[in-house]
Formats: sequence, structure tokens, C-alpha cells
Amino acid sequence: MSRPARPVRAVAAQTRVELLLTLRRGESLLVTLGIPVLLLVFFSLVDVLPSDLDEPVDFLAPGILALAVMSTAMVSLGIATGFERQYGVLKRLGSTPLRRGHLLTAKGLAVLAVEVLQVAVLVPVAMVLGWRPGGSVPLAAAALLLATAAFAGLGMLMAGTLRAELTLALANGLFLVLLLLGGMVIPLTALPGALEALARLLPAAALAEAVGAALDTGAAPAGPWAVLGVWAVTTPAAAAALFRWE
Amino acid sequence: MPAPPSISVRDLVVRYGDVTAVDGLSFSVEPGEVVAVLGPNGAGKTSTVEVLEGYRRPAGGEVRVLGLDPVRQHRLLVPRIGVMLQEGGVYPGIRPLEVLRQFAALYEDPLDPGELLDRVGLGGAARRTWRQLSGGEQRRLSLALALVGRPEVAFLDEPTSGVDPGGRRVVRAVIDDLRAGGVTVLVTTHELDEAERVADRVLIVDRGRLVAAGTPAELREAAPVEEVRFAATGGLDVSGLAEAVGAPVEEVTPGEYRVAAAGTPAMVATITGWLAERDVVLHDLRAGRQRLEDVFLRLTDPGDSP
Repeated sequence: MSRPARPVRAVAAQTRVELLLTLRRGESLLVTLGIPVLLLVFFSLVDVLPSDLDEPVDFLAPGILALAVMSTAMVSLGIATGFERQYGVLKRLGSTPLRRGHLLTAKGLAVLAVEVLQVAVLVPVAMVLGWRPGGSVPLAAAALLLATAAFAGLGMLMAGTLRAELTLALANGLFLVLLLLGGMVIPLTALPGALEALARLLPAAALAEAVGAALDTGAAPAGPWAVLGVWAVTTPAAAAALFRWE
Repeated sequence: MPAPPSISVRDLVVRYGDVTAVDGLSFSVEPGEVVAVLGPNGAGKTSTVEVLEGYRRPAGGEVRVLGLDPVRQHRLLVPRIGVMLQEGGVYPGIRPLEVLRQFAALYEDPLDPGELLDRVGLGGAARRTWRQLSGGEQRRLSLALALVGRPEVAFLDEPTSGVDPGGRRVVRAVIDDLRAGGVTVLVTTHELDEAERVADRVLIVDRGRLVAAGTPAELREAAPVEEVRFAATGGLDVSGLAEAVGAPVEEVTPGEYRVAAAGTPAMVATITGWLAERDVVLHDLRAGRQRLEDVFLRLTDPGDSP
């Protein structure tokens, strides 16, 4: 009688495929590596940011790490999954022994692997540009993990409920909006009052602030962490409830 | 005691909103049988197969595959079945061997991906991605994906649709191998020729209902008609022939004639004699035996489709 493979083997094979396809998509690499590196270098070298910053890179580097997580967990994951749904890949996998939990685990592992790659590229670039991180690395990693859950939830929510083309447009649009309202290249304090208040409730700004504080003094400001925590619980729950596999 | 059927379908009903796609369908498939579900587009073939694969819940009736409920016992069933969807189902950017290896890793004792790829004639397409494969090549890769886990039951939805003659031979040979290996196969097709070539038994379905079932030979015999058909030059004088044979004659399609009379030796002699007088070359003559196509067309009359 035909039997399923051991879960570890199935998840490993699925993770390998997820990673392989992610690294093969040029547009995905542009968003996950090209744009963050470009923004980091450009705004560190070109003097357009508010003049009260001593070292622009000290402000920029944590924000760009936040941006990198957003690009991978939300944009790249959401678009890829949306097209997998549209092309019937998810449907086809549904009649194999690969369980949904295994598929989601594989997607999560692939996202984390890309994020590790992003950190491995962005941190040395930032340090060449003069960044001297201090504070608490574990705290920053925890904030990035929490944000990964929040953004992956958003990406999967779009992928599981919208047409793939719409997910593509919306994920990219949201990426741009959250980049501008995320305290990543433009400090929140430079935004008009109402917009700043709104931005503080969004996961992007909360992440940038949490990572910035963690890598500066090792502090964990309650506001941003609370915002991140709420997003990290609600978006995956919404995605789980609303995702349509076909 | 006979073995329980591999597939059993009883009074199956599938609805999409107000539309009834499958309307009280019942049949069963014995272990090791290759059965074709044949019907025009929209007959409810894919809906039926998708219920058996566990993709949709029926609105009525009961189905079992290997004795299991495809929805409620999905986890127990999926390792033992192989599925070929009607279209898609593969990452556009993946290469054949990569996706076959991915699927192979989901089963405890899969077929060798490289050998399987050669078996479906895609050994030379290793460097191309799914989106660079032709439609026929995509069908054959989908077939390979359905088989890599050594299924006990294979569901093949339109396996030869859009496949060129060479590819069709490969698909037929693979299905013959499955039969030899004792695998139960359910094939859907809207092509008679294909059903007749691959299947031990054919189920003709129209508008969600079973209209006939049997081996291709049984289907032909079950609907005997008093007629002689022949093919010759187009535009013969049918009224003259009708007078000569004493029965109505019509030119069904140009060059294809039907004489509404039993195919007795005397009748055949009269027809051929009439043709000989006019020096008409006979291309084909069939008496008292229909082609499956004739049965099919009569049972699934497109004339009164909604």
C-alpha cells in the first residue's frame, strides 16, 4: 500500500522548492535585495534626510532591515502564493500527502532563509556605510520574527482571497505605502500629525522603531511592541479563516 | 467473495448554485479495471472526478474510493491515489525533474523521477520550465506527477487533450502499463476514439446522467439498428438507390451513406450491384454493426442540448 513520506522529508523537499523558485524569480530578488540595498546606500550617501540626524545610516539601517522583512514575508510570499493558487498548484498539492501544515511550515522556513540572506547582505553594507549597531541583537531578532508573522499573515490574506493580479498590485502598493509611512527612510516625526498617528498603528513603523530601539540602547518600547504583537496575531488568524485554496 | 470495488458512486449529485452538474450518477469500478468516463464537454465528468478526489462535497449521494470517504478520510486516501488535473497544477517556473522530485519526496516508496520522466517521453525537456513546455508536454508531465507515488487508483482527467499523436501513444502505453500493474484507472475524455482505445469499459455520461455503460463492443451491440452504412463518392443519386433497394437512403455527410434496412447478404449484394453498374468505388461498408461514435452521438444528441 502506498504510504506518505515522513513529514521531515516532505517539509524539507517542499522548502527546497519554495526557496529554489524564490531565488529564480528575478523580480522577487529585486524587491527583497535590490531595493533595500539601493535605499540604504542612496539615503546614506545623499543628504536629503532631516539634518538633525548625526549619522543617517544609524537611522536607516534598522528601518531597512524592517523593509527587508516586509518585502519577503508580505510581498514575495503573497505574490508567489497568489499565483500558485491561480495556477492550481495549491489545488494539486491538496491531493498529495503534503498536509497544509507542512506546506505552511515550508513556506515559513523559506521566508526565514531569505531573511537570513537579506540580513547577511544588508548588515555588512550598512557597516561599510558607518553603522555601528549596539544594544540587543536577540531583541531585534524577536521583533523581526514577530513582524514576519504579521506580514506573512497579510501576504497570505491577500493571496488567499484575491485574484493573483490584484494581490500583485496590492502587495506592491502596500509595500510602497508602508515604506513611506514606516519610519524606514522618512522619520515618523517628519510626517503631518494625523498621518504620524496613523503610521504608528501600522506594523511597518512599529517594526522599524522596535528594531531601532533594540539595536541602539537595547530598549523595548511598549507601544511599538504592542502594535507588532496585535498584528502578528490578527493577520495570520484572518488569513487562516479566510484563505480559499481554490 | 469478490473484492470490494475500488471506486463506488451511488446517486451522486453535484450542484453549483442552481446548476446541477451531476444528477444522480451511479457506477462502480473494480480493482485493476481501466474505465473511461466519456461525454461531451459539460457532461459532469470533471465534477464527478473531483468528488472522488475529495475536492468537493457532493450535494447528494455517496462515493467511496478504496472504501474511504474522499472528504472525511482525505488524509488516509491521498497517499493511495494519483491525480491528473484537467489543467495547471504546476509552478510555472519549475523544471520537470525538480517538480517530480518534489512530489516523489511526499511518498514513502516513489518511482524513480528520472526513469519516470523518460517513460513519459520528457527526458529531453529537463532544462525547460513548465511554462516553456508545449501543452502536450505539460499533460505528460502531469501524468507523471499522478503516478510518481505508485497509486492504487489513478484519476486522469482528459489525459490526451491537446496531446499530439506521438504523445498520445505514450499516454496509452503508460495506461497499458498501469493496467498490467493492477492499478485501477479512471480516465475522462470527450473523445470516443480515445475511450475505445484505452478503456476496458466505457461509461457514457450526458448532462450529469449515465446514459450507457459497457465494453466498447457491448455498447455497439446494445443498440443494434437496421442499417447499412457505406462510404463512396459524394453526390450519388440517393433516390435512385432507394428505389433499387426498396428502403430509404440518405447521404449523412458528403460521401457517407445510410441505407435504412437490415444488412442481409441480399441487401448488401443489391447495394454493391447498383454501385458496380455506375462504376462507383466503395471505400467502406458496414452492416448491422455500429461504430461507437454512432452510439455516442445518438445517446448524447447535441440537437436537444439546452
